[in-house]
Amino acid sequence: MSAGPATPEELKSRIEAGIPGARAEVTGDGHHFSATITAPAFRGLSRIQAHRLVYEVFGAEIGGRIHALSIQTKADENGEAA
Amino acid sequence: MSDEPTNPMRDAIQEAISENPVILFMKGTPDQPMCGFSARTVAILQSLGKPFAAVDVLPDPRIRQELSGLSNWPTIPQLFVDGELVGGCDIVTEMYQSGELQQALGLDNAPAPEEPAVERVEPPPLSIENRL
Repeated sequence: MSAGPATPEELKSRIEAGIPGARAEVTGDGHHFSATITAPAFRGLSRIQAHRLVYEVFGAEIGGRIHALSIQTKADENGEAA
Repeated sequence: MSDEPTNPMRDAIQEAISENPVILFMKGTPDQPMCGFSARTVAILQSLGKPFAAVDVLPDPRIRQELSGLSNWPTIPQLFVDGELVGGCDIVTEMYQSGELQQALGLDNAPAPEEPAVERVEPPPLSIENRL
């Protein structure tokens, strides 16, 4: 687990590394973050399933080191929210 | 994840989910939410006029632990409808805006969400930025 406060850049790179083909935009203040993620891996998934994929990248850090992460997922740039 | 054969806390949570058609696990109470995400979710449900059960997870950390183990969902709030996890604040908000939430709650013919019960719905004290 990384030390120190989380940054939007860290979350972005971990999401993009953890979910194949993902592009993430992340904003945040070190505790509350908001991420918009586009990934083909979300295609065909329910919102719940897509968000779980994102949560799984961070495991127990969600609610801890990463106090809150607001998520929006899309399967492709122009597509419906997954 | 616990493999214990008996887990009264988890059983009680499962029972609450089964017995209440609409149940929200939240931080604080509907009258006094202790987190912006819970506040926002409560405001949406209240604006739809759909009765819901609410469980405050704050008094005992095991509630949250067991709930998240059951639901495979790490954050609070969590809204369940007919025994199924619908989602947290982000998903509930998206579904409200698209009308899917009203449908899931069996409110297809309800008045448009643009006319909420104004007196009860205060702008939720939010730190979320919705980058729509």
